Amino acid sequence: MTPGTGQLPEIQGAQRRPGLRGWLLFAPLMLWLFAFVIAPTAIMFVYSFCQRDELGQVVFEFSLSNYTRVFDKTYLKIFTNSIQYAAITTVICLLVGYPVAYFIGRASEQIRNKLLMLVMIPFWTSFLIRTYAWMSILKAEGPLNGMLLYMQLIAAPLDILYTPAAVVIGLVYSYLPFMILPIYGSVEKLDNALIEAAFDLGAGPVSAFSHVIVPLTRPGIFAGVLLVFIPAIGMFAITDLMGGGRVPMIGNVIQNQFGQARDWPFGAALGMTMLLLFAACFALSMRKSDAA
Amino acid sequence: MDVMVELKRVTKRFSGTTAVNEVDLTIRAGEFITLLGPSGCGKTTLLRMISGFETPSEGTVLLEGKDVTYEPPYRRDVNQVFQSYALFPHMTVQENIAFGLKMKKVGRAEMDERVRSAIAMVSLAGMEARKPTQLSGGQRQRVALARAIVCRPKVLLLDEPLSALDAKLRHSMQVELKQLQKKLGITFVFVTHDQEEALTMSDRIAVINKGKIEQLGDADAIYHRPKTTFVANFIGQANILHASVVAREARQARVELEGGLTLTTSEELPEGAERVLVSIRPEKVWIEKERGEGDNWFEATIEDELFQGPTDQLRLKTDGGLTLSALVANESSRRTPVHAGDRVWCHLHHDDIVFVHED
Repeated sequence: MTPGTGQLPEIQGAQRRPGLRGWLLFAPLMLWLFAFVIAPTAIMFVYSFCQRDELGQVVFEFSLSNYTRVFDKTYLKIFTNSIQYAAITTVICLLVGYPVAYFIGRASEQIRNKLLMLVMIPFWTSFLIRTYAWMSILKAEGPLNGMLLYMQLIAAPLDILYTPAAVVIGLVYSYLPFMILPIYGSVEKLDNALIEAAFDLGAGPVSAFSHVIVPLTRPGIFAGVLLVFIPAIGMFAITDLMGGGRVPMIGNVIQNQFGQARDWPFGAALGMTMLLLFAACFALSMRKSDAA
Repeated sequence: MDVMVELKRVTKRFSGTTAVNEVDLTIRAGEFITLLGPSGCGKTTLLRMISGFETPSEGTVLLEGKDVTYEPPYRRDVNQVFQSYALFPHMTVQENIAFGLKMKKVGRAEMDERVRSAIAMVSLAGMEARKPTQLSGGQRQRVALARAIVCRPKVLLLDEPLSALDAKLRHSMQVELKQLQKKLGITFVFVTHDQEEALTMSDRIAVINKGKIEQLGDADAIYHRPKTTFVANFIGQANILHASVVAREARQARVELEGGLTLTTSEELPEGAERVLVSIRPEKVWIEKERGEGDNWFEATIEDELFQGPTDQLRLKTDGGLTLSALVANESSRRTPVHAGDRVWCHLHHDDIVFVHED
């Protein structure tokens, strides 16, 4: 102990350096992250600067040509399309998910868990089965069109399947729980007295919502938006099935490069570009939420 | 005398239980009234019907003569200080206090001025930019208070606002609150389960039990003239004793307690009662070594002595077998030193024997 600082013993546990035991507990996570996140990303990073030969083998000839191709008009268009669909999906998920999350979060404890269960039940069946179910609901002879025709709201069946609308419906359906759950987490922690205080101080329902409830559930909204927006950009299975290959999104293009096109280096370059985009979005939003 | 709040036969039922049962209460403009009672007695529900967070199942709530029974809280000119303070954690002290004025769309200049004077009033100058988490319990309490009074409500409702503070701070806040209320002239409705708090601060106290007002009166009347055994026991301590009436005179009565002890009282006797209950405050039992002047003297033995700081609690037993509890100044400050095992003379003033109803 040095004189002068000797008065304060080291009691601040939060600032203590982890001991051997701490590192051991931490090791599995580190190994996992290294083997399945860092190493593959590093490999893809290297590939993205390589070329392919006629047979689709990766040739280690370094150039930036893959990245110049990324900024080709065709791909930029697909990028912006993907971002658009993902953004629309996120907005719809937020508009639909927030009231649901709020209702569950404010419900009495006994029914809260049952309601949460309802949100989770779709996960019990395979993703593919649910997507095919949606396809049969939306198709021209499907029950949705049947019902609308029967009610005489439409004269001819709507062409929903294999359109951007079908893709968005599929995306919203798949990602809605990822919006609901984090918002629910924030709403559930919200002290009812704070809402009452807002009412007491003259805030009507709208003001109380915008000045108190939204700011206090912002972490949940933020997490929900990230959890929906980012995977929605890269999604390819739903776009393949419900878009019928007619609605290309960046996920499909990347998948294609690694599959039929056998152009791994270009696929890697597209993937790295997306990764950078996410990282930039994330960094920006973190800075914003820190400032707030 | 202006009437501020009027509750008319107000009842509130929650799925099967009746929290408030046909309560009538008139609150005067500018008074400090306390709703006092044990937890679960319905005092908070009563308060919440004035603030608008609960709607009565039956009955009417009037604010300055206007029926507000079904008005939402944001359309009532009342503000509440919450038990948990309910400060907005995402706002600074300044923003918290300004919130109500912002909602009322008060102009910028006036808002700043009013917020500044509210902050000065609760001595929080210099804390404007802090977030609630950076404040101590006492400071949070002040912010909550400032946030409510800055709106200049007709009635300020306080729901056990001091219960989270430590004893010292609670005492000084009691004094401060009372002074603030006098200065502002706002009607305060204060809810507490702490009888001492109620006695110190209130102009009037409504003692509430099982959804009903047991007794309404000033602190002195509530303490010295309890009407029921509940009030006598809930506020301070009391010896509740069975007695039978032996003689009635114009302004006096003689009652016989268990063990043959006969006492004279000056209290109005309940009409036609034979068997009655009397309440005697332990500190009103006068203890001497020798018998003094007048009546109501009796001999007893000190069975037990319990040190309580400033006072000692004595358990007295009369020759007839009646047990009484008495409070005296602690041993070293007592004028006539008495000890456990001593035989002493006890005296009761006529006025200190109070008839109470069974609860």
